[in-house]
Amino acid sequence: MPIDGQSTPTPGGSVPATVPETRRAVIVGANRIPFARAGGAYAKSSNQDMLTAALDGLIARFGLQEERIGQVAAGAVLKHSRDFNLTREAVLGSALSAETPVYDLQQACATGLETVVGLANKIKLGQIDSGIAGGVDSASDAPVVVSEGLREVILDLHRAKSLPQRLQILGRLRPKDLAPLAPGTAEPRTGLSMGEHQALTTAQWKISREAQDELALNSHHNLAAAYESGFFDDLMTPYRGLTRDANLRADTSLEKLAALKPVFGRNLGADATMTAGNSTPLTDGASTVLLASDDWADARDLPKLASVIDAEAAAVDFVHGKDGLLMAPVFAVPRLLARQNLTLADFDYFEIHEAFAATVLSSLAAWEDDEFGRTRLGLDGAFGIIDRSRLNVNGSSLAAGHPFAATGGRIVGTLAKMLHAKAASTGRPARGLVSVCAAGGQGVVAILESL
Amino acid sequence: MADTYTQLVNSGLGRNLAKKLNLPQPAVLRRYKPGQPLVIGPVVVLGDTPGADKLAAELLSWDLDVRRHAVPAEKLGAIILVLDGLQHPSDLEKPVLAAAGSLRDLRSGGRIITLSHPSAEASSPETAAARQGVDGFLRSLAKELRSGATGNGVLLADGTTTTSPSALGAVRFLLSGRSAFVDGQFLTVSTEDGALPAEPERPLAGKVAVVTGAARGIGAQIARTLHRDGATLILVDIPAAGDQLATVANEVRGTALQLDITGADAGQRIIDHAAQRHGRLDIVVHNAGITRDKLLANMDHTRWNAVININIAAQLRINEALLASEHFRTSPRIVSVASTSGIAGNRGQTNYAASKGGVMGMVRATAPLLASRGGTINAVAPGFIETEMTARIPFAVREVARRLNSLQQGGRPSDVAETIAFLASDAAGGINGEVLRVCGQNLVGA
Repeated sequence: MPIDGQSTPTPGGSVPATVPETRRAVIVGANRIPFARAGGAYAKSSNQDMLTAALDGLIARFGLQEERIGQVAAGAVLKHSRDFNLTREAVLGSALSAETPVYDLQQACATGLETVVGLANKIKLGQIDSGIAGGVDSASDAPVVVSEGLREVILDLHRAKSLPQRLQILGRLRPKDLAPLAPGTAEPRTGLSMGEHQALTTAQWKISREAQDELALNSHHNLAAAYESGFFDDLMTPYRGLTRDANLRADTSLEKLAALKPVFGRNLGADATMTAGNSTPLTDGASTVLLASDDWADARDLPKLASVIDAEAAAVDFVHGKDGLLMAPVFAVPRLLARQNLTLADFDYFEIHEAFAATVLSSLAAWEDDEFGRTRLGLDGAFGIIDRSRLNVNGSSLAAGHPFAATGGRIVGTLAKMLHAKAASTGRPARGLVSVCAAGGQGVVAILESL
Repeated sequence: MADTYTQLVNSGLGRNLAKKLNLPQPAVLRRYKPGQPLVIGPVVVLGDTPGADKLAAELLSWDLDVRRHAVPAEKLGAIILVLDGLQHPSDLEKPVLAAAGSLRDLRSGGRIITLSHPSAEASSPETAAARQGVDGFLRSLAKELRSGATGNGVLLADGTTTTSPSALGAVRFLLSGRSAFVDGQFLTVSTEDGALPAEPERPLAGKVAVVTGAARGIGAQIARTLHRDGATLILVDIPAAGDQLATVANEVRGTALQLDITGADAGQRIIDHAAQRHGRLDIVVHNAGITRDKLLANMDHTRWNAVININIAAQLRINEALLASEHFRTSPRIVSVASTSGIAGNRGQTNYAASKGGVMGMVRATAPLLASRGGTINAVAPGFIETEMTARIPFAVREVARRLNSLQQGGRPSDVAETIAFLASDAAGGINGEVLRVCGQNLVGA
């Protein structure tokens, strides 16, 4: 069974017969605001406020005032209905030309990475010369929805023509209809939260509590070291008094992490391993990435950090329990690498989004498993081993936090800068892999190369 | 906006009351706006030397209403005393008394400008006495002027004349509303370098300028003023001030460079950014600075070092990188922000005054290094300027501090910015190693 055959084999593999010549899509740079814990510094900030702030910081960094960008693409996972044109409204409130077109995108936690991929593809095809990809989420300013009963009454009232009709309709209201529905992250088809889903996968792959805590500790230490070295000075613009990610605990330790009680998979009893320390908290924040053709960047004397080589999306059937909810990248990465004739040994850096420490570790375990490689990935054996010293070296979501749609932009900006620096210091091209899992059993992965 | 008291005494009732009670009556200063005339009303050029004739002819070519003799009762925009031929103190009498007869005709916001030679270069005691006499005369006259009028002097060093490019540049600056808060000061023109701008409204067109500490206050205003004058801007401030920096950058269509200027590689990063984005760097304004006030008896390591590191050590290190850079070779300009505290001293500011005194020492010693590549380095020393920082001074102290100068009010960030923009322009190419005070002729440390 070939690599792309999660279900049915496709003769000839996944490589298209002919790939048309395209030009490069380069990453010029990025900007994000520090991520805040939900209910913290950005409790009163809307998605539009935060996305506008992230855009304005990017515009200031690269002198893009009044520039007409080819297209801006961004999105949010938790979105108010009034924000149907969220990205356009943010652009109109920014220093960009008001003649910049946009589109909103929603692909759960993969939103940010998918906007990068979509705009890079448009640049490669020559449809646009420049693009700003981004994402934003507020878990603080989440939409609160009225009950289905109240919603029907309100809509019927609009349609009613007379006072008696209106009174009759109002009479249908019951006290329970007045209670608002809080937003939830439960999967609609299983009723399980993301954490409970991951707990099943964690148990399946026998990921230990210690391994998860160690990954979380590394994330905090790596992110803290990156701040100390000034790594984020040209990737971030402060916002509302925050100059660093509020979730970062530079002084955390294995002892402190070990003291936390499990919060997911508690029905597993002693086998419950997932705590608030090795799971990402609800977070507010926004990120942006500036993409361009070589010509567009050169004409403006802009830097070029990396190029977007290729990307792949995958999805798994978690509903029937065939695979874990967050395991789609496990299938996407082997397909992408096969198409590019690459192996895991060909990468200088790996950026695997830390939805939970166990998500990363489950993915690594699946790739290192002979049987999984043979039966599910259609390989001769295990897919491969990732050099842990190349994994999330400047920290990831466990330390920075995870404002759903903003995570892709955070990772792409960070990785592009790391690749550029690596190539500059070694004199050889550097290559990086991005992997982001998402709700609904989805995942998007991408390859970047240094410039 | 003028401060509340200044507004009050410039309204009908307030004006009468202040007069009767003999209270200070600060005027609303004539400040530069693009498109406004250089000076309002005729300009009288006094003096009978060839230098006076040449200057008068030059001013005529600027379309000014130039007079060689005042017409009684005619309101004047400016009186220029050309004193470049003084050989004995008695030579002062004629031009000075001619000026005296016209003082009452000087308009609000009028200007007195002297042009003379530095006494240090005099060949005889008599000449030196006459030249030094101009200093005392001008500084005293400036204190007698009212209604926002100012008096300043241009000193013409050996080899320069009243029509040297920077002498004309200085006269132009001092006549204009750009010099509103510069009062009782002398500015030395040392060489024939410099040129008047092709576009008077955009004297910095085509220049690439770096401003440190640009996120707020005086730095942000320097950025706005340089942008208005045509410069392309790179705005530098610490990463923690990045959001305000971005706002200023987007306002002036520049680029924001989040950078700690005390970092070892700060100068190189500034040069790299300018080289990559613009292929050149023409102007560097060292504005970033902090205060950590304490009486010396209570001073600690942290307060002392932070002030010295940011206010002077960082400038020295960045200048070293600039002077070594191939991108800073075409008539480069450095302008540093010093302070009157560094001249006169200020209780509780031993660290700050040491750093600002250091800035002035650095400027004088660096001037020859820049001169060798056709460049200049100068400093401005602001007095009491109305900023967020001075707004935190207790009311009574603030109210006294802002009246302690000949203009009886605090200056604005724009006054400092205008002076910096002038010193950064081609018109000031012959002015090097100078410290120009922007203090309304503050009574302390004059």
